[in-house]
Amino acid sequence: MIETGGIDPDTWNRWHVVGCHDELPTDGPRTTRLLGRAITVARRGAGADVRLGDGTPLPAQIAYGYVWTSLGTPGPLFELPEYAEADRRNLNGCSFGVRTSPPRAIENFLDMAHFPFVHTGILGEEDHPDVKDYDVAISADGREVVASNCLFYQPKAAAASTGGAEVSYRYRVPHPWCAVLYKDSPVKPGRMDVIALFIQPCGEEEIIANLALFILDDDTPLPALRRFQQQIFVQDKPILENQMPRRLPLYPRADSPVRADKASIAYRRWLRQLGTTYGVLS
Amino acid sequence: MITLHDYDLSAEGYAVRLFLALLGQDYSLVPVEYYPAREHEGEAFRALNPLASLPVLVEGDLVLTEVAGILTYLAARHGGADWYPAGDAAQLGRIGDGLALAARLAASAGAVRLADGMMLPLDGAAARAEAKRLLRVIDEHLWFGEAAGNDWLCPGPRPSIADIACFPHIVLAEEGDIPLIDYPAIRRWLDRVRRLPGFVVMPGVFGA
Repeated sequence: MIETGGIDPDTWNRWHVVGCHDELPTDGPRTTRLLGRAITVARRGAGADVRLGDGTPLPAQIAYGYVWTSLGTPGPLFELPEYAEADRRNLNGCSFGVRTSPPRAIENFLDMAHFPFVHTGILGEEDHPDVKDYDVAISADGREVVASNCLFYQPKAAAASTGGAEVSYRYRVPHPWCAVLYKDSPVKPGRMDVIALFIQPCGEEEIIANLALFILDDDTPLPALRRFQQQIFVQDKPILENQMPRRLPLYPRADSPVRADKASIAYRRWLRQLGTTYGVLS
Repeated sequence: MITLHDYDLSAEGYAVRLFLALLGQDYSLVPVEYYPAREHEGEAFRALNPLASLPVLVEGDLVLTEVAGILTYLAARHGGADWYPAGDAAQLGRIGDGLALAARLAASAGAVRLADGMMLPLDGAAARAEAKRLLRVIDEHLWFGEAAGNDWLCPGPRPSIADIACFPHIVLAEEGDIPLIDYPAIRRWLDRVRRLPGFVVMPGVFGA
């Protein structure tokens, strides 16, 4: 019997993100936290060396520009084929520490209803607050939650946008604490930009949120792309930090959801199916 | 024309942007990426400001690199008697004290906010303790001020640049895990600042 310190098996055996590979220091390991434990992450050329604070090595892999590790015996990481498409620019939009649980951050990422009020003038407008009906399902193999046919009016959907547009959205949640958003590219009609939220679970109420961009935009300079994402994310930060309780309630009747919360309801149901107890209130 | 070299998430920079907005002054913004690129520490930026700090205000030949200097200049140059009480030595002294208080807030509440959000090294507990000590003093000062009919940090019918300099660090303090619920007079004062004509927000700050 492996001693997991009370961490549920699904969480224990998952790959978890522990930082953007490009942003690792070049002069020694970075000290950070994973699931309540101190760890070090060191650059090793194109790879990384991840260890517990006592020096015990942990599994490590580089995927989608980030370092991933696990405390247990992980299976394969979820697929994100867009990362390998030659015409995309892949970058870390921003990484910020936030005092909340991992699933609270995912739920906020899935929520379109807050756009007009929190991201006013960028991802929404107070004159267009409606969340139109959309489809949600847990995939047949039980490995992800998918929300599709989402439509939302956005005054400035991306750094490259030149005006407001009705933007179509699709979400995947292929990992309890990673969510992937596909939205219409303002530059290449018919294609979709991909924006992912990869949460590093430092503790049950302590995360580092990484926003990864895999986008079809050859022109916007890198600092401007990061600036756009930072501005948006920092608008979410006080909202996330003021959500109480910080852990996501999964027990029945904890909240009174409305139709716009369909994605969140499916997400919570999926976490219950996985047996996730970390960062939630069961 | 005023040029401001600044980072969107800088509380110090926000003090300057807020004051420029209250004055109705146009300016051009040059974004400098403090995090993660640390552009302010690069050679190009150090040529402008050897202290490698943000924000920097440039107007003609004048280059100013501290919030206290920038706000004082803008108040005296563009603010008129409303913002720069030139003949009132005691009030100018109080405003100077308020600007220095803002620097203490920057070094405590401001520093722990940046360290928590951007994973920078800092003794967070010490910074929070110092911030709470300052906030307790400010809350009492404002409470007694209200009782005497004063709405602002420095006595008088109008806000001063001391309010503008302190506001960003206090309104953003919760990002550094410093709950403002303990400071009711400060919360009323934050709302008064939010209702000033021309008030603007920054990411993480919401309007009245």
